[in-house]
Amino acid sequence: MEILAQLLINGLIAGGTYALAAIGYSMVYGALKFINFAHGSVAMVGAYFVFGLAIGRLHMPLVPAVVLSMLLTALMGVIIERVAYRPLRGAPKLAPLTTAIAVSFVLDALVMIVAGADIKTFSLPTQRGYEIGSIFITPVQIIIIVVSVIAMACVYVLMNRTKLGKAIRAVADDANLAEVTGMDSDLVISAVFAVGSALAALAGALIGLDTNLQPTMGFNITVKAFAAVVLGGLGSVPGAIVGGFLIGVAENLGVWFIPPVWKDTIAYGILILMLFLKPSGIFGKKEEAAATVL
Amino acid sequence: MLETGLIVHLLVVITIYGILALSLNLIIGMTGLFTMGHAAFFGIGAYASAILTKLGVPWFFSMLAGVVLAALVAFLIGIPTLRLVGDYLAVVTMGLGEIMRAIFKNWISVTRGPMGLPGIPHASIFGINFNTAEKFLILSTICLAIVFIIAELIIHSPFGRVLKGIREDETASQALGKNTYRFKMISFVVGCGMAGMAGSLYAHYINYIDPTSFVMWLTFFIILIIMLGGLGNNVGALAATTVFVLLREGLRFVKLPEGLNPAALQQLIFGLLLIAVTIFLPRGLIPERKVVYPRKSGGSDDAQN
Repeated sequence: MEILAQLLINGLIAGGTYALAAIGYSMVYGALKFINFAHGSVAMVGAYFVFGLAIGRLHMPLVPAVVLSMLLTALMGVIIERVAYRPLRGAPKLAPLTTAIAVSFVLDALVMIVAGADIKTFSLPTQRGYEIGSIFITPVQIIIIVVSVIAMACVYVLMNRTKLGKAIRAVADDANLAEVTGMDSDLVISAVFAVGSALAALAGALIGLDTNLQPTMGFNITVKAFAAVVLGGLGSVPGAIVGGFLIGVAENLGVWFIPPVWKDTIAYGILILMLFLKPSGIFGKKEEAAATVL
Repeated sequence: MLETGLIVHLLVVITIYGILALSLNLIIGMTGLFTMGHAAFFGIGAYASAILTKLGVPWFFSMLAGVVLAALVAFLIGIPTLRLVGDYLAVVTMGLGEIMRAIFKNWISVTRGPMGLPGIPHASIFGINFNTAEKFLILSTICLAIVFIIAELIIHSPFGRVLKGIREDETASQALGKNTYRFKMISFVVGCGMAGMAGSLYAHYINYIDPTSFVMWLTFFIILIIMLGGLGNNVGALAATTVFVLLREGLRFVKLPEGLNPAALQQLIFGLLLIAVTIFLPRGLIPERKVVYPRKSGGSDDAQN
């Protein structure tokens, strides 16, 4: 029973980071109806920014390093959209998918060249963990959970209580209609990429703190966040959050039943199963399942 | 400086990659299905064929088994995903790639995991043993020719026209009464089966396989080839295959500054190239020929006005 509780906690920690990555995914899908394959690599770059600022020559404290990384990554997300996706708006769907995959390869390669292909760890000073009953949790893990919940609350406020959030939802609902009412949908889409990329950077940094950094980690984040988004319903922000936690918990509980080397395949299994059972996801709107052609 | 041995080797690589490019062109170029799992089907064909021949099954039947297994997996993946819009297929096939890699790596009792499978027998058929690169080139060229003929027959058939119709506008094809799911499924299964064939050729040419040969980078490389060759154009796909295999091999001889990771540099160059091609040359260097329907003689068109 203790092991189960411990696995559950580990699952919630991982799930929080997946949820953060999944939110950006879902927002971009909502606004552009396209899957941003590069999202995981953007998160990876964000994690390396933090690493470079905090561990590299600058030796910044962790908190400002994370904030600066989120700003840099947001800028990068906006530039990527301008350069690689915007010229292809209205082109066949294949085109932006192709450039997104190419962007992810380019980002991975750049990080490999600049930072090296080896695994990096933040190697924070070892801190005593807390034991609550029989559950063991480190201060870093507590920070991860708290930060991801705060970030999600911020997204909720942004989406539901601000003008920008209203505009983002309007563009996601019907871009043409939003244009007609005088919104600059290009600007809104840039904002979506800025917010999504900043969240991705945060997710990447937290994953880096929880485990380690590797130039190829982006791919894993992409698939897990996508599995979370499909589980929760494409385009739904609450769905992305719930999906992220479910994937994290399922992965970690799964280790109880199957050897740990298969852990990473659990998300794919859930993804495929969900497409069989309910492609529109838990919170997906029925029309969004107009994703279904037949 | 160029020895014949190297030339023959490059030609064999070009024929194997040519099969991959033609099969992916059928799926992506002609049907518009965005799959990211081609390396997985290549790997399924390679592993199935290698394992069976090591158990004593003749090469031809092992190769067939690899093709059938790749096609079967494609069928199972297609059931949930081909009913949905294209993005789902892309991510699920990407996930399949990772699942297959995990299987190749972790199912040690069958695949020997990261140690790989050494000593894969040479291909042989009707008592002819293709045990040298020159002989193998004949075999792989024949296979490439067969795949090319099949791909061309499909393109110019009524079936191929429906595939292109689905690519251009799936809803319109449905409105014309076509069961687009079935057409997409056949295209996907046939294309993945061909990738399985290429995998078998690869395994019995190199005589050694391990999980690192079947990573997503390979899929990406083939996508770049068919994008540049012109989606839907088989001749263009083969031309681009030749150019890229030579380019990739040529890059190995370029002297790099100390400490620069050559694999990463290659990935950077090809990634940037793919972005540029998609934006500035969306129809590739050799665009697919537009179908020109002969006008009816006698000026009947004018009569309709």
